[in-house]
Amino acid sequence: MPISINEMMMREIIMDHYTHPRNRREGDASYKTIYMDSDSCIDKIYVQAKIENGILVDVCFHGVGCAISIASTSIMTELLKGKTISEAENIIKNYLAMIHEEPYDADVLDEAIVFMNTSKQAARIKCATIGFNGMEKLLKGDK
Amino acid sequence: MVDFNELRKDFPMLNGKIMQKHPLVYFDNAATSLKPYQVINAEMDYYCNYCANEHRGDYDIAHRVDVEYENVRNKVAKFINCESREVVFTSGASMSLNMVAHGYALQNLTADDEILITDAEHASNVLPWFKVAETIHCKIGYIDLDREGRVTIENLKKALNPHVKIVALAQVTNVLGYSIDIKEFAKIIHQNGAIFVVDGAQSVPHMKVDVKDADIDFLAFSGHKMCGPTGIGVLYGKYDLLDKMDPLMTGGGMNTRFDTCGYIGYQYPPLKFEAGTQNIAGVIGLGAAIDYLEKIGMDNIEKREKELKEYAISKLSKLDNIIVYNATSESGIIAFNVKDVFAQDTATLLNSYGVAVRSGNHCAKILNEFLKTDATVRASLYFYNTFEEIDAFVEACKKGGDFLDAYFN
Ligand SMILES: Cc1ncc(COP(=O)(O)O)c(C=O)c1O
Repeated sequence: MPISINEMMMREIIMDHYTHPRNRREGDASYKTIYMDSDSCIDKIYVQAKIENGILVDVCFHGVGCAISIASTSIMTELLKGKTISEAENIIKNYLAMIHEEPYDADVLDEAIVFMNTSKQAARIKCATIGFNGMEKLLKGDK
Repeated sequence: MVDFNELRKDFPMLNGKIMQKHPLVYFDNAATSLKPYQVINAEMDYYCNYCANEHRGDYDIAHRVDVEYENVRNKVAKFINCESREVVFTSGASMSLNMVAHGYALQNLTADDEILITDAEHASNVLPWFKVAETIHCKIGYIDLDREGRVTIENLKKALNPHVKIVALAQVTNVLGYSIDIKEFAKIIHQNGAIFVVDGAQSVPHMKVDVKDADIDFLAFSGHKMCGPTGIGVLYGKYDLLDKMDPLMTGGGMNTRFDTCGYIGYQYPPLKFEAGTQNIAGVIGLGAAIDYLEKIGMDNIEKREKELKEYAISKLSKLDNIIVYNATSESGIIAFNVKDVFAQDTATLLNSYGVAVRSGNHCAKILNEFLKTDATVRASLYFYNTFEEIDAFVEACKKGGDFLDAYFN
């Protein structure tokens, strides 16, 4: 991630992940799956991870959602793939802190910092966190 | 002539409320309506000046509560043209429909019977019937919608058969806003020997509904969609049907006497269905809401909304990035999408311009067969909305493709 990122780039990154989501596919039975929806928005997303020896060897998702939910979940899959469970948990913790306008470590978030403005649209916080919250739940269940 | 702009002064939410640095344009009236001071003050008056329980006290202010409470029942009866004893206070349309499903259908139907609904019904007019079917194993049948998504007389006739005992339909549907002629429907349904349950949640706030003239059997509606408070609604039922209906809730206020050997004497309807302390402030507020609407006149309200809707449709249809799904529907509900933009993103963009609308994904069948989309945006109008607000909304829709503006401006 470049040190300075401007608004234009942030928009482009979100649109790129929305229109060309990474890892949007359905994992087989060897994946753990969490289904996420909410009554305050209309996103319905399945978050999946294949975990071997404490490492997230693959992360993917499928479902329908708005630009923010699809793009943030897409970025999450890239960010967490290949990480250990504790690294992943640390990233999720910092991401959620950013979304909720608390102190966070931008270094571990890479592209995910494009969602730093989500609180401007408070009703979309659910969308920007749907994938991350899902993965947090999934990892908790794996312990 | 009603001066609708003048009426806006009655609504605190319409006087200087700002959302995302823009004046609030409230187009989510199908979800809930805004409340005028007349309603807010009526509730406050109860809490401040005659706060006591109903049907309980031997003192002056308690007596006043009884009088005011029953007075609202009379008002509701006049509003929909029925007898006062046919008006049951509930928490809203959902509770009213559940009461008919559990109190009437569950008691009076068998596994051999059928309940007819459609794919365009609100969950509150679907799931209670599913629950009945789950318990007594009766059939849930569907009246086909026509190509636009309407319920027609022809399709009603096709779906009717001797097993059908209940037909439950919205007078105005909540996604596409099409309305049906309940009088015509009632006639045909009764010829089939079935009863007609009308979900009036989206109709009663917007037009004159006359239950006697239409000869419907049950009517459910909510106060909060008609300028009234939340948590209060009505179930109208023909008296002999209410009499056959079991109360969902038992408790204080609905029995005449009981002893521990199991003898129980229930009150007659409607009190039989009003166990426990009721939402008294809500009832008082509902009474004020009915007064407010009647002062404007239901016909004037209907006409105003038609004008607003037609204006909005004519403006939206000039934009080539907008798809409207229900241009011909009678109500003030506009279902639309910005081309190639997910409904929720459009709703967020509109939020950033101060426009309150709702995005939703709906029953799969409606989507696939009629709308061919995952989700739609719903803008729903009420009499206090203005042509200028529609202009602001249309301007915001023009920017639809730049929906990320909502996060970066
Ligand atoms: C057609 C229809 N029926 C029933 C309901 C349920 O009303 P309530 O939530 O007030 O019980 C609604 C509310 O959205 C509705 O639109």
